[in-house]
Amino acid sequence: MLKARDLTAVQDRTGKIRPDDVLLFCTFRNEDQRLPYFVQYYRDLGIDHFLMVDNDSDDGGRDFLADQPDVSLWQTKAGYGAARHGIDWLTYLQGKYAHDHWALTVDVDEFFVYPFCDSRPIRALADWLDASEVRSFGALLLDMYPKGPVSAQPYQRGDDPFKTACWFDAGNYVMSRNTMLRNLWIQGGPRARMFFADKPRQAPALNKIPFVKWQHTYAYVSSTHMMLPRGLNLVYDQHGGEKTSGVLLHAKFIDTFSTRAAEEAVRAEHYASGREYKSYETRQGADPDFWCEWSERYINWRQLEGLGLMSKGNWA
Amino acid sequence: MTLGVVMLVHTAFDRAEQMIRHWADAGCPVVVHVDRNVGQATHDAFVAALADLADVSFGRRYRGEWGMWGLIAASQAASRQLLDRYPQIQHVYLASGACLPLRPIAELKAYLAARPDTDFIESVTTGDVKWTVGGLDRERFTLRFPFSWKRQRQLFDGYVRLQRLLRVRRQIPAGITPHLGSQWWCLTRQTLTAILNDPRRAAFDTYFRQVWIPDECYYQTLARLHTRRLESRSLTLAKFDFQGKPHIFYDDHAELLARSGCFVARKIWPQAKALYHRFPSGSQADLEPHTGTIDRIFAQAVDRRTSGRRGLYMQSRFPFMERENGFTAVPYTVLQGFDAIIPDLAGWVTAQTGVVAHGHLFATDKAHFAGGAAIYRGGLSDNARLRDYNPKMFLTNLVWNGRDRHQCFQFGPADSQAIKWMLARDAQASVWVVTGGWAVSLFRSGKPASVVRSEAARLQQVESRFISALQSPDARSRRHIMTLAEFLGSPVDVLQAITDDMAGHRATALAQPPAMVDLDGFAAFLQDLKNQGMHPYLAGDFAHGNKMKSLRPQPRKAYVIGKK
Repeated sequence: MLKARDLTAVQDRTGKIRPDDVLLFCTFRNEDQRLPYFVQYYRDLGIDHFLMVDNDSDDGGRDFLADQPDVSLWQTKAGYGAARHGIDWLTYLQGKYAHDHWALTVDVDEFFVYPFCDSRPIRALADWLDASEVRSFGALLLDMYPKGPVSAQPYQRGDDPFKTACWFDAGNYVMSRNTMLRNLWIQGGPRARMFFADKPRQAPALNKIPFVKWQHTYAYVSSTHMMLPRGLNLVYDQHGGEKTSGVLLHAKFIDTFSTRAAEEAVRAEHYASGREYKSYETRQGADPDFWCEWSERYINWRQLEGLGLMSKGNWA
Repeated sequence: MTLGVVMLVHTAFDRAEQMIRHWADAGCPVVVHVDRNVGQATHDAFVAALADLADVSFGRRYRGEWGMWGLIAASQAASRQLLDRYPQIQHVYLASGACLPLRPIAELKAYLAARPDTDFIESVTTGDVKWTVGGLDRERFTLRFPFSWKRQRQLFDGYVRLQRLLRVRRQIPAGITPHLGSQWWCLTRQTLTAILNDPRRAAFDTYFRQVWIPDECYYQTLARLHTRRLESRSLTLAKFDFQGKPHIFYDDHAELLARSGCFVARKIWPQAKALYHRFPSGSQADLEPHTGTIDRIFAQAVDRRTSGRRGLYMQSRFPFMERENGFTAVPYTVLQGFDAIIPDLAGWVTAQTGVVAHGHLFATDKAHFAGGAAIYRGGLSDNARLRDYNPKMFLTNLVWNGRDRHQCFQFGPADSQAIKWMLARDAQASVWVVTGGWAVSLFRSGKPASVVRSEAARLQQVESRFISALQSPDARSRRHIMTLAEFLGSPVDVLQAITDDMAGHRATALAQPPAMVDLDGFAAFLQDLKNQGMHPYLAGDFAHGNKMKSLRPQPRKAYVIGKK
């Protein structure tokens, strides 16, 4: 991995990592506003150590993270797109630090929800998956949005983003099987219905495999949507049963969005040269209102389970 | 009367120590077996930590691997040690470091003291259990299993196949009948001593050494030889999932466990602080263990993992559609052709039955949801492109999202036909077709037959393909197909049958039939089409003239002349 050369350690606390620790990997850029809640959320879930890559931020996020006792931080000025959305940097770090650890790979706006997450720490899930000889754990990326224009309810640093962005689409997801890598390809949700109605094939992928018992031979192929070796992508049952799965609540649509979308379209480094961001720009200005009569208000994981957006499987 | 404990420990030593102290504090001598795979340093530290307890001793160490003999050897040696050192012991309880006493141990002792001759060991014959791993039941007693299922799966499977091929059948020692059951037992001194001192023990041990998973059958079988009174149940609450792996209890199970009245539960997640803090806790001393609620919850979990929720497609359930018994979650109704004759069909159906009546969900312009909504339940969009991107899942989503109601929608040859085969094969679909209904629409357009001729031919062709799909051998939906002429012969009977089918027991006799279109001149229109060279055979036979009397149509070959 030549991407190692891109990375400079800002604060390396990896010596503190114990053999059973559950690790979190994340790359970010100018997310100072979101970082405090993000770190707190995952700390509460039981993440033992955060391995973060700062992609050339010019806000205060780096200093904030460097001060956290359970964070190791690297920085890079290299291009996000050239590093496959930062996955190359993380793959390097995972190969080096995550071998034989359960590793959660998420973006700063993704919040992992799994069955019993309100009563059982993530270590319990990891132990149970170990006992069940399961190596990877699937999640649906669930776009959350506020009622009314996104910009109407400003996000304050440290806030729970789902206090305002607490709505989601419950039942408009479509999926097909990727025969080559065996993963499911899931699309739909509010972005598909608002921005991609006339080109649904281009709607963003919502299938994710964020939680993995890492081995140094593993790698994410495209963001955290699919993996190699491809057996890791079989997070679904094909004979009618339900495997245990979770959801990544996607706090994408909070008020930092408008400025971000404009910025990103210029940078054009996101997936397919910012195709998605350009769609937002042109279709809605940059201030969409996703809410509709059938939007569902988020309560807890049991609600998501009941709606069929995730499953307890045989974890009871 | 005293209770002694044999405790098997291989991990989570801090919790094991805590449990040993529980037992010891309650006056129970404990013999601990620490797995040979545990490092010497860990072992020594563990022994030192318990050095202050006089009645805790350590047994000879064996290598205990799941499904192998080591666990039996360990419990034999530890039991012997316990019985020899403590002659006052009347019952021996086999526990592990992950077993948590839920009720005060004094209550358990009182319970056992009241039943001095009873052995508590689950013990059932192979025919009566369904939880065996790897599909082996009787064979676990008649084949040899020298290889580890966990570490040497290929050798294990290969050796089983080889023995099957060679028709190997081990002789089961005379006088015993193989029994299976939970490996966590509580035996009387009398029974346990008899097992350990049995003159044929060497022969039994040799036999069981190569049986598969001896800790589920060794004591369970031999106790039957010596018991005075055997209760076939374990005093330890232990649940197993469909892979034979123990279910684990967490903090959120506390209420469930407290209400169960069980004496001991396993496995407890070592970090379930609230459970370890709360238990053992007091209860009514004379409470009998009852595990009904817990049994149900874990049975549901197994069900969800193996069968899942029908009609649900999500990131961890994506069944091969062909194999699914019904692609969708609940029954629904598809009506084709009726709306040409009954203009406000949806309104009428809703008024009659209370079901959700959509318009043409697969119309080419958009999905016509009930009430004309642009977005329907679950966030389904009426956008045709979005729908046609994955029409099958549009339908599975629609039915799943509205699974608390019966839904019905209109279909027709002018609609997108992408779900044609799904409607034929989905056992949840009830499909009612009036063939030739499109002819009424064309008739009512007011255009002359010469103008609509080619459109009529196209619609007839599309409809006949749909009918072929519905009549194909692998069609599994409930299908009701009639010609327009047949329907018009007795419309009220048909509509009554449809509403009965949709509303089930809530259906009532039709108060009055819906308003139907005026078909004055329709027969002449059909004749006109024929005169133009297009035979609308799907409409059925109409008597010439204006009377709407139908004749039963004969089966016939489709033919259409001239399609421009």
